[in-house]
Order: sequence, then C-alpha cells, then structure tokens
Amino acid sequence: MIRFSIYRFNPDKDSKPYMQDYQLDESRLEGRKMLLDAILLLKEQDESLSFRRSCREGVCGSDAMNINGSNGLACITPLSSLKQPINLNPLPGMPVIRDLIVDMESFYRQYRTIKPWLMNDEPEPEIERLQSDEERKKLDGLYECILCGCCSTACPSFWWNPGKYLGPAALLQSYRFLVDSRDKATNERLDELEDPFRLFRCHSIMNCVEVCPRDLNPALAIHNIRKMLLKRAT
Amino acid sequence: MKNNIERRRFDCLVIGAGGAGLRAALQLVQADLHVAVVSKVFPTRSHTVAAQGGMNAALGNLTPDNWHWHMYDTVKGGDFLGDQDAIEYMCRAASRLVIELEHFGVPFTRLENGRIYQRPFGGQSQNYGGEQAARTCAAADRTGHAILQSLYQQNLRSRTHFFDEYFATDLLVSEEGVTQGVMVIDIESGQPLIIEAKTILLATGGSARIFRTSTNAMINTGDGMAMALRAGLPIQDMEFVQFHPTGIAGLGMLISEATRGEGGYLINKDGERFMERYAPHALDLASRDVVSRAIATEIREGRGCGENADYVLLQLHHLDPDIVKSRLPGIRGMSIRFTGIDPVDAPIPVFPTAHYTMGGIPTNRKGQVVVPLHHAPEEPQQGLYAIGECACVSVHGANRLGGNSLLDIVVFGRAAGNHIIDFLADNRFHTPLSEASIEQAMDHIQRWDKKGEGESVADITKQMRVMMEQYCGVFRTQDVLDEGVEKGRELLARLADVRLGDQSKVFNTARIEAFELENQLEVAMATLLSAAARTESRGAHSRLDFPDRDDREWMKHTLYYNRDGGVLDYKPVRTQPLTVDSFPPVERVY
Ligand SMILES: Cc1cc2nc3c(=O)[nH]c(=O)nc-3n(C[C@H](O)[C@H](O)[C@H](O)COP(=O)(O)OP(=O)(O)OC[C@H]3O[C@@H](n4cnc5c(N)ncnc54)[C@H](O)[C@@H]3O)c2cc1C
Ligand code: SF4
Ligand code: SF4
Ligand code: FES
Repeated sequence: MIRFSIYRFNPDKDSKPYMQDYQLDESRLEGRKMLLDAILLLKEQDESLSFRRSCREGVCGSDAMNINGSNGLACITPLSSLKQPINLNPLPGMPVIRDLIVDMESFYRQYRTIKPWLMNDEPEPEIERLQSDEERKKLDGLYECILCGCCSTACPSFWWNPGKYLGPAALLQSYRFLVDSRDKATNERLDELEDPFRLFRCHSIMNCVEVCPRDLNPALAIHNIRKMLLKRAT
Repeated sequence: MKNNIERRRFDCLVIGAGGAGLRAALQLVQADLHVAVVSKVFPTRSHTVAAQGGMNAALGNLTPDNWHWHMYDTVKGGDFLGDQDAIEYMCRAASRLVIELEHFGVPFTRLENGRIYQRPFGGQSQNYGGEQAARTCAAADRTGHAILQSLYQQNLRSRTHFFDEYFATDLLVSEEGVTQGVMVIDIESGQPLIIEAKTILLATGGSARIFRTSTNAMINTGDGMAMALRAGLPIQDMEFVQFHPTGIAGLGMLISEATRGEGGYLINKDGERFMERYAPHALDLASRDVVSRAIATEIREGRGCGENADYVLLQLHHLDPDIVKSRLPGIRGMSIRFTGIDPVDAPIPVFPTAHYTMGGIPTNRKGQVVVPLHHAPEEPQQGLYAIGECACVSVHGANRLGGNSLLDIVVFGRAAGNHIIDFLADNRFHTPLSEASIEQAMDHIQRWDKKGEGESVADITKQMRVMMEQYCGVFRTQDVLDEGVEKGRELLARLADVRLGDQSKVFNTARIEAFELENQLEVAMATLLSAAARTESRGAHSRLDFPDRDDREWMKHTLYYNRDGGVLDYKPVRTQPLTVDSFPPVERVY
C-alpha cells in the first residue's frame, strides 16, 4: 500500500481546507512508476479529487504541485523517490481554486509583463533572419521553459512582493529575449527591468534552480541580466 | 434557466489554442477583427507542445529540394487518398510559412551558415522517389513547444482575447443549419456560457486517446469531431489512425522519428536490422505505416524482444553521443526517465502506438467545412471552419508523413483566417440564436446532473480504450472489427447509466471527463464502423483479409454520420492539383 496525505478544499462545500489520507494498492499501477499514475488511480477511487494534467510526460506544465514539501511535476516524479505518506499540496503562495488546483493568473501576468515576444522592426528578409549556431546556443536552457510555475511559487521574494517582483520564470523569459541575437529591443527591455522591485528582489536563494523540472537555471539568468545592466551603466 | 445564461459576442470564435487555432487567431486579430479563442487548457499546454521532430518545408538548406518533390512524397505517403489540390497548396506555402515562424521568434536549430537546421524524416525523397531528402525544420527535438510558444506570444502581443480553461460542449446551429455560436462551460466556476459568433473555427486537435496505449496527451479526446457529429455533420476517413512505430513499449510516450533521421535504427531479438527486408531502399525511414507493420509482423512471427517477445529495440548507441545529446536532448531525457535507459548506452524498447488521427471534419483547402448537400459532395457550411488535427482537408490521405502536421496546422490556420476575413466583409451581422439549439445544449449539460447509483466514467473509458486497441489496431480483419462494433455499441448503451459521484460546480474535472468520454465514444464508433466497411488495405488501414489496395472500388473518402447508429457515405478523392499534373496511383515501395 502506498500512503498519501492530500490537501483538500472544495469551495462549494468546505469552509476550510483539510488534509485527507488515501491509500493505493501498488499492484493497480501495473508497473507504471510516476506520481501522476498514482493520483489518476486515486481519482478513480474518489472522483472529487481534483488536479490538472495533460501530457503525462513533463512537457506541458499542467501538473505542478508541492510534493513532500518541494515543487515538481507529478508526471515525472517517480514514486520510488518519495517518502510516505506522500504529502501533496497546491503550489505555495497561490490562491487555491480547489484541491491541488491554484489560480495561476498572477504568475501569467508577470510573464506578460516582460513582453515575451520577439521584437525586431527591421524589414523582414525574404529568408530566415540568420543566426549563427553559437548565437542560437545562447537560447538553450531558456526557451525550454514550460511555464509550470514551480520556480516562482518556490521563491520567497515572489511571495513577499506580490505583483511587484517578476519572479524567476518571467525573468528567465526576459533573458531569453535579451540574448536572442534577433531581438532588437535590448535597451527597452533593460529599462523596464531597472526598478527596485522587478528584478532586484532576487536574493539568490536558489530555490528556483532546485525545483525546475526542466533543469533550467533562472537564478543564473537573473545574474546575467544584472551583469547586462551593470555593463550598460558603465 | 436558459435565459440567465451569460452571453458573449465575437466576429469569430476559435475553439482550440494549439498551433492551428493560434495561427488562425493571429491572422484574424491582425486584421482587426473581434476574435476570441476558447481552450480547455492554458494555451501553451495544448498538445502541439509535445511535437518533437519538426516541420516539413522544402527550404533545401541541406539537400537539394523543392515543393514539388515534397508534394510527390506526401501524395505517395498518403497512399493516394490525399486531395492533391490541398497537398499542392500546402507544399507550395511551406517554405514561406516556416520563415514566417522564424520571424515570429521560433528558436530553430541552426546550421553553420546561420540558416535553419533540417533533418531527414521518413518518406522524404529528392527527385520523386530518389535519394533521401532532409526536409524537416527543427528546434532540437522540441519543435512543437517552440512553435506553440512563439504563436502564443504573437497573440499576446496582438491582444487576442482568450477564454482559458473553458470547455466547449456543443455547436449552436439554427433550424436552417447555420452555426451561430457555441455552448461552453467555464471550468473554474462550472457555469455555462453562450458565445455567439458570425464565424466559428474548430481547432480542437486529435483523438488518439481512444486507444489505451497512445502518444497523445490526456486531453486529445476528439471533442470537436464529436461536436460536429452531434450537429448532424459527417466526419471523414476515420478508419485511418496512425500508429507511430516507436512509442515506448507499454507506456506510449513518443520517441520521435528524429531518432531514425539522425541515424538510429530498429533491431529484433536476433539483433537483425529487420527493416532491410521490408524497405530495402528507405530502410528505417520508410513511411510510418510501413515501419509499424514491419514491427508488428516481427513480433507476430516471434522475433520480438524481452520476456514476452512483445517489443523491438531502437538503437542509437552507435551514434556520436554528442549528437544524441545536442539534437535529441528531450528524447534522451524521456527515455532515461521512463525506461531507465540512456540511449547513448543501450537501445530503447519500442512498440507501434496510436499517434495521429488522419480523419476528421471534412474541409476544403480554405478551411471551410464541406458536406454533401443538394447538388455536390462538397458544399461549404456557411461560417463554419475546421483546421488542424480535428479536420480532414485531406493532405495526409491514408497515412501522414512525419513533420507534415505542424505544417498542416500553420498552413491551414492561416488559410482559414484569410477566408474568414473575406467572409466577414460580406456577412456583417449576427443572426438571432436558435432557442431550440440552446435548449438542446443545456439538456446535454444537465444530463450530468442526474443523481443516483450507476457506472463510473473511469470504468467505461478504460474499457473503451482496451477495446479499441484489441479490435481496431495495426492489423484488422472483418470478424474482429465487427466484434469491436458490437462492443462499442454495448459501451454506448451503458453510457446512459453512468452517473457522476461528484456534482460540485467549481473546477469539476470529473464532469469534464464525462463529456470527454461521450466524445471519445462517438469517435470510436466512427472509427470502427468506417474501418469495418473498408474492404481493402491502404496506408494505415491494413486488413489481413484484404491485403491489397483496391483503387477501382476504394479510392474514395469515407463520410460517417452518427444518426441511426452510424451511417456511411462516400465521396471522390480530389486528384486534380491546382497547377501541376496529377500523381496517379502506383504501387508504393520504399
Ligand atoms: C508526441 C507527439 C509528437 C509529435 N511530433 C510531431 C512532429 O514532430 N511533427 C509534426 O508535424 N507533427 C507532430 N505531431 C503531430 C502534431 O503535433 C499535432 O497533430 C498538432 O500539433 C495538432 O495541432 P492542433 O492545433 O490541431 O491541435 P492541439 O495542439 O491538440 O490543440 C487542440 C486545442 O483544442 C483545445 N480543445 C480541445 N477540445 C476542446 C473543448 N472541448 N473545448 C475547448 N477547447 C478544446 C485544446 O485545449 C487545445 O488548445 C506529434 C504528435 C504527438 C502526439
Ligand atoms: S534565486 Fe532569486 S529567483 Fe530564484 S528562488 Fe531565489 S530569490 Fe527567487
Ligand atoms: S523555469 Fe522551470 S520551473 Fe520555472 S516555470 Fe519554467 S519550467 Fe517551470
Ligand atoms: S502532465 Fe504535462 S507536465 Fe505533467
């Protein structure tokens, strides 16, 4: 038997959240190994248990949750890596809609704030805008972000400065455009980051790096943005 | 009740925020139209995100290439069931649209000279069947993710209106058959919402989740196709389901064809590179139906690997580990994670896995939904459009080539957008909504408010998926298909007794799964009945009892309607391209 303790809250009927224990007979997994496989089976036992999921392979970013105290994607978290009872909570610091489902709007808003699109007003060539292999490699470790929210909701500065500090995910994306050789809005982007809150609330606590399921390094991206700002100032 | 339902109005409503929906929305919003996009998941979580290998276009960055060779390969790959006007249109547009995506910001992998990297994929040739071509434009092995994000970003920039996490249940159709709007449920609140629109574009993706082992995301439940069926429209060519040769055995996660494009190959339990026997020329890069049948045959004849001899192996460890790490990082990670095997060291166990729905809502190359009405087999339904995997235009015919779907979604996304812009110039007003259709849609929603004891959604869903796998797999015969039809009908009958244990409103995912089950059963029945009727083998539809292609009898598209327990009709293939000569059917060898 695998034992779970899961955060429950249904605003239709609960006045406050509570933890509920579940057990799962291991044989029902039929060899499947991931936490998502297990909670899908729990949902068969109890239809009311609610969480998001889609790709079940770690690429869509739907099933971010707090797993034994650490943020991660259920679909790529092996059950064997988890101490029991497995404690599942919604992503910290976000308003809970129901059970493990949180309202991600504040996270998405910060993403939109950094203007996450390529800006280049130069006339479009008939072929692709050329980019060397080297220039392109600078985007590796940045463009792969799936907006799962694991990092930002693990970041104390993100909790303490709601709506002001952009948080690791948005800053990582900001850097993705800052270093894209095709993007021509570097100065404008840096101007918008030069603000006591948006960027400078990162205290290198590194939670973001530890939890990112795609092995990205937002803290490094933030560090690099600071370097760009410094360089520009001198 | 129905008078209190909130209503919203738009010029155009796009249902689906995958690559197809987002490309169309961008065209529309840039033309200053009032457009909204509804998606049951946050846009970047749509299934397009999972596409790995890339998108075809005859850029010729690596090997000589041109769109006409691409067209030939696509017609042949589809086993001559594809409509050649649409195929010509798509292949001609491909290069321009890849470059446009690059301009939108897609981080394509680059060559030394700064141009887009292209890799060889299955079924690609130079010179009409000659040397292997390298036609698939790639962003490492995360091309779908890169394209989907860039398209979403461009839509954010253009301020497209999004309804994220809204679930569409039914089309609202007037007595005259004009689609006037859509009933949706706000998943968060559980409340229904009516969205009126002068034009409606379905871009709801595929339905390969009706099979137990599938490369598809859990949300790929064929909702748009089922909505079309419930509105009395047909769906086309549903017997053609692509089984991808290399899903991870037993689990289904996709190991992209890019692995074979980069030089990987398949081996059986004797270590034999068996594709040499099935496709002496193209080997492991023969088209997907051919490779999947080869694997299934190896296993049937006892040359499978493992304790139960039920899979084959995909070998990459003879390749330069740095190439595997830089060009296939996502796939390597997936293999390590789900099988514990690092492909740099050892081969990956694979098995043909349900992957892509060639069939769908019938359309022409402008994205208009077309149905046989009074005079012709293809009369446009005013104001209703479908694109992407939920549609059947048909560029993929009986078997899709890898890399052609990401192309399909942007080409026809853009084309449908353009046609809608023209249509709206002449059709400026909303028509009053049909009250009867609202009532019907509300009855459908309220069906799930029925209380009491009954069967569970999960049970029926599971049984349907196992049934489809057993009765409608890679190899098919009449007896087995007919039995599948019976089983499917039993499941449909049992659906009436299903009850939801959870009747709450807020973010009730159980209720969404119930709607998805209804949709999947509709699509499963369409697939089974269309397959049972087609007594030939063509592309992905292979009948052991009718092993040959029969062009005299069967070079035609199937149309399935869900009335009276399922009715079939047929229409001719459009063999005439736009400007070039038709490619007549010939025997298909690789
Ligand atoms: C693992 C994998 C890898 C692939 N790799 C490649 C590749 O390398 N190259 C290639 O060309 N093709 C590839 N394909 C195929 C290709 O990715 C898909 O065919 C294509 O992305 C489909 O795009 P779409 O926009 O039509 O649908 P999707 O991306 O599936 O989007 C469907 C949208 O509709 C919405 N939706 C659905 N139902 C409802 C509803 N009821 N209410 C509201 N919204 C709804 C969803 O939320 C979603 O936004 C791959 C497929 C898979 C499974
Ligand atoms: S390193 Fe910066 S962004 Fe990352 S968790 Fe710490 S404070 Fe937050
Ligand atoms: S950086 Fe990593 S953890 Fe943060 S949103 Fe992106 S993928 Fe998720
Ligand atoms: S379900 Fe898509 S990331 Fe886990």
